[in-house]
Amino acid sequence: MPLLTVSHLSKKFKTHTAVDDLSFSVEEGDVYGFLGQNGAGKSTTIRMLLTLVKPTDGRIEIFGRDLNRDRKQILQEVGAVIEKPDLYKYLSAFENLSLFARMSGIRPVRSQLYEQLEMVGLAGREHDRVKTYSQGMKQRLGIAVALIHNPRLIILDEPTNGLDPQGIADMRNLILHLSRHLKKTIIVSSHLLHEIEQISTRMLIIDHGKKIIEGSAASLIDPAKTRVEVEVTDPQNALAKLTNTPWIKYYQKTHLNLLVFELSREKIPDLNRDLVELRIPVMAIQAKTSLEAYFLSLTSSKQHVAAFAD
Amino acid sequence: MWQLLQIELLKIFRKPRTYISFGAIAVMVLIIQIALKFDGKSYIEFIVGSLQDSLDIPYGHILNGYFVCFVILNLLLIHIPLLVALVAGDSIAGEANMGTLRLISSKPVSRTGLLLAKFTASVIYTALLLIWLAIISLVLSILLFGTNDILIARNDALEIIRSNDVMWRYGLAFVYATLALSTVAALAFLLSVFADNSIGPIVSTISIVIVCTILSEMQIPLYDREIKPFLFTSHMLAWKGFFYCKVDAGGTAVSGSIENLRAIGKSSLILLAYILGFVSTAIWAFNKKDILS
Repeated sequence: MPLLTVSHLSKKFKTHTAVDDLSFSVEEGDVYGFLGQNGAGKSTTIRMLLTLVKPTDGRIEIFGRDLNRDRKQILQEVGAVIEKPDLYKYLSAFENLSLFARMSGIRPVRSQLYEQLEMVGLAGREHDRVKTYSQGMKQRLGIAVALIHNPRLIILDEPTNGLDPQGIADMRNLILHLSRHLKKTIIVSSHLLHEIEQISTRMLIIDHGKKIIEGSAASLIDPAKTRVEVEVTDPQNALAKLTNTPWIKYYQKTHLNLLVFELSREKIPDLNRDLVELRIPVMAIQAKTSLEAYFLSLTSSKQHVAAFAD
Repeated sequence: MWQLLQIELLKIFRKPRTYISFGAIAVMVLIIQIALKFDGKSYIEFIVGSLQDSLDIPYGHILNGYFVCFVILNLLLIHIPLLVALVAGDSIAGEANMGTLRLISSKPVSRTGLLLAKFTASVIYTALLLIWLAIISLVLSILLFGTNDILIARNDALEIIRSNDVMWRYGLAFVYATLALSTVAALAFLLSVFADNSIGPIVSTISIVIVCTILSEMQIPLYDREIKPFLFTSHMLAWKGFFYCKVDAGGTAVSGSIENLRAIGKSSLILLAYILGFVSTAIWAFNKKDILS
């Protein structure tokens, strides 16, 4: 039985439909990537999972129980970081953690709080006020708050927002640790595919509130569709030279100085060779994963690229 | 509920803003006490007005701690709602602004329980504010000015309450003031549910209190009949009723008596009804609210 089942979930804000007949399920032990552009409906869905937003329609079951009916029992086993880890800035990390632990229905002993803070790398700064913390430290404290009551399900909404590269890497490692060693089920939302791709066992892509596709990362990868971005100095000239070549049929859109092709991965060296032979000055060639190409082709970013097209 | 209340009290009393009100009250009370210490006679002359021509006013006895406290309450209780609004208006909107509202609302506690804990914490804060006011306005005034009978000016009459008949009246007056200010807290609390930052509910509460107070003070017969009896501000100063005594045939205040206890009781019920109405509406609205902040 799935740990979480969402059936025909919808949310309308006046005339705007944020989530439209969305259904998906999360199995125990999954790191479930929840992927979509900004405004795709990820945060609204997550807020419905946490009872912050009331669905217009549909049903949510977590741990086999109806969320609407057994809210309190369910939320005792759910931990969450929702967008920014906003905590009480005038309290210390220790006080914040203690406060949220009690709100989660447990009475933690001091050593448990210190251990939790140590696990997220805040040892030594436990009694400093949160207002003195960096964004990364706040994010780690947010994780500690989400974990203090040892939840079965952890929901992380855009957990890497505002983090520096080291912070992003730390967050990724923490998620993998929680999944592999502590056997937690995790839902992670992001608008960044490469983040989700590195950690998730299954993923859901949504756009305009609707489900586009759901499945394992491996099953979504189509090796026949690699998106290759070629940066050139003069795209008009390059395009003119490519018109009479077979490559034109793989050509998609131009974006500033980029020529974008969609082709199978093994053809990339041939493309590179022909560009040189056609005397097209190439500044860079970057192959996006096929999943990324797939994601971009499915979601509205395609329209964004088109907006920049010549 | 007790757990939530403890948490809410911790949040209130760890916030520096909370102490602005305590500091403001201390400063205002001290300013009044200093003024009365150095020129109390002028103030007494002002309140007794033309009666000083026909009566022999014992200024030295009148200017005592009980009288000074009564003066302070008269001057301050109309302004303290602003200080109450600072905390109550911030209770939900402030959390929405900080982003913590979504975190606490995703915890396994009911929204109704959360709101009741927050409101109870606001009432406790209000009561502590008044205890603080009582300490510095009554206790400090007694220490500075001593005790004696208290002179109460009512319209064109003066009433004297014996010193041994005063303290219980202050006790009840402070309890009533807590109820009156809790009404303001409930209003600020209700407005706080609809806002995403605390400035809006604080300013709105103050504006509503000012407008209603002006309406309560207007001497227009139509308003006297149709509007004033239903405005909460018309009942906020009913604490003074505890200092209005029944008088005997010789015109002397009867010790231990209250002139119109029924009116005070009615005002209390009206304020309680307002509190109930404001808090119930806040709970209803908060339970329906989508938390998007």
